Amino acid sequence: MSRIWKVGDNISTDEIIPGRYNVTTDREQLAKAAFIEYRPDYAPNVRPGDVVVAGRNFGMGSSREHAPISLQASGIQAIVARSFARIFYRNAINIGLPILVCDELHGAVEDGGALHLALASGRIELTDGRVFHVEPLPEFVLQIVQAGGIIPFVQAGRL
Amino acid sequence: MGTMSEEILSRKLGREVRAGEIVIVPVDYVMAHDQTAPLAIESFRRLGMPLFDPQRTIIVFDHIIPAATVQAATLQRGIRNWMSEERVGNFLQEGICHQVLVERGFVTPGAVVVGADSHTCTYGALGAFGTGMGSTDIAVALATGKTWLRVPETIRFELSGQLGPHVYAKDLALAMCGAIGVDGANYHAVEYGGSAVRAMSISERMTLANMAIEMGGKTGLVEPDEVVDEYLAGRAREEYEPVLPRNPRYSRVVEIDASSLEPMVALPPDPEHLAPAHELQDLPIDQVFIGTCTNGRLDDLEIAASVLRGHTISPRTRMVVTPASRQVLLSAMERGYIQTFVEAGATVTNPGCGPCIGRHQGVLAAGERAVTTQNRNFPGRMGDPTAEIYLASPATAAASAITGYITDPRRLS
Ligand code: SF4
Repeated sequence: MSRIWKVGDNISTDEIIPGRYNVTTDREQLAKAAFIEYRPDYAPNVRPGDVVVAGRNFGMGSSREHAPISLQASGIQAIVARSFARIFYRNAINIGLPILVCDELHGAVEDGGALHLALASGRIELTDGRVFHVEPLPEFVLQIVQAGGIIPFVQAGRL
Repeated sequence: MGTMSEEILSRKLGREVRAGEIVIVPVDYVMAHDQTAPLAIESFRRLGMPLFDPQRTIIVFDHIIPAATVQAATLQRGIRNWMSEERVGNFLQEGICHQVLVERGFVTPGAVVVGADSHTCTYGALGAFGTGMGSTDIAVALATGKTWLRVPETIRFELSGQLGPHVYAKDLALAMCGAIGVDGANYHAVEYGGSAVRAMSISERMTLANMAIEMGGKTGLVEPDEVVDEYLAGRAREEYEPVLPRNPRYSRVVEIDASSLEPMVALPPDPEHLAPAHELQDLPIDQVFIGTCTNGRLDDLEIAASVLRGHTISPRTRMVVTPASRQVLLSAMERGYIQTFVEAGATVTNPGCGPCIGRHQGVLAAGERAVTTQNRNFPGRMGDPTAEIYLASPATAAASAITGYITDPRRLS
């Protein structure tokens, strides 16, 4: 079971990691700054395998890759949102952070609740037995994910 | 046949492409700045390939310049070392990346420019397909000269009429965010047309295109015309052939009558929450900031200076002015605007991003309130997350500095 970290609509990259914390490329430092001001309880308590469940337009704003890296480095398994902002979406795919779109999940869960996510099948099960399915990734995006991110994808001569 | 995005990408690829298709497209220039280059360089090194073209690589130092902390200085030294290893052809430290790339003629109609900065969409003001990406995407472009894109659908804004006195491109840009919301153009391109846009200078068009990302847009395009040709004469680095829409199909057309607009202010926490400036009249403010890639150009400083001339700023308020580039600063000095700002009590900083991202030169304390000409008012953007950021035109910002309260500039004239 994964703990749910539930956040709202239009969470900006400034809320994921404020610009003041981007003066490093060190993953551990970035992990400590994830949601540092928006949800100070997140970084000290997040555990490997947890899931962030977000509303619409998660990751809007800046192109800073520090944002998905900070969440990935914090150990979460995936982000499931109603929708993602475009640049955040690309960045997450490129670095191999699973981001999943599911419109209904956000309204069905509470912060601090638990779910079971089967990444390969995109099946999500809640503790009360309710089941949700995430939208499949577009074919090209799936190929990048299956390659392990954009770097191995390019190294294999596929761009 | 298609929208400007479809036409530009079709021309680049030598075949007709349509919205929804995923394409791998060659790019004309690749840009990163002091904030995003370090991660891009790490990804680039992991790729283990050479630069596709050092002359088409542009690095700009603008975000924390001069370096404000040892950490920032160390990252910048790392970028400098990498630039000399790779013999990067274009290194600029004379202002905000988007302003400098346009001023220096890198951006031409029909070009595809990718930048490790979300406001790369600004280049659409000249009819170029500019789009912002993260550092790893930029590393891929640095190594291959290509990027993958989903050809976007397009939302077209038809902006009719003419802007009234003390109403500016910024007010229009805010009105558009209000009209479709901060994710209204997610995954889409935005096009701006109509008489209000045709009448605009390059600088004003840049203000519009700059805020396409504030609606989630991939790029924000204006059809190139003689205003662009005039601007680029003697400036463009290469020959260009303008690309225009041909029988386009838009996913949505939004009409706004520019004549009906008033000076607008965007309220926290994002640019879709709007109110006319005169309705916010009682809100005291602690800091006014004039600058950024949205509104830090010569005409913006001219507007602010003309409002401020003969006034001093309110003792309860501080004011920071950051010219968008060295060229802007030089012209503003020549024309006396800088003198006006300093006499009024403002702090004028070196060209760059200034306090836009809350790292130096005017950071906000808890609970403080700022009126700024930038594009984003997300919590924590300019300092403490409880500080409130209000977005406005240079005229509204300057008027607010004089009174110490949010002020409709029409009230002072
Ligand atoms: S001025 Fe602000 S918005 Fe523009 S590039 Fe700099 S930090 Fe980004």
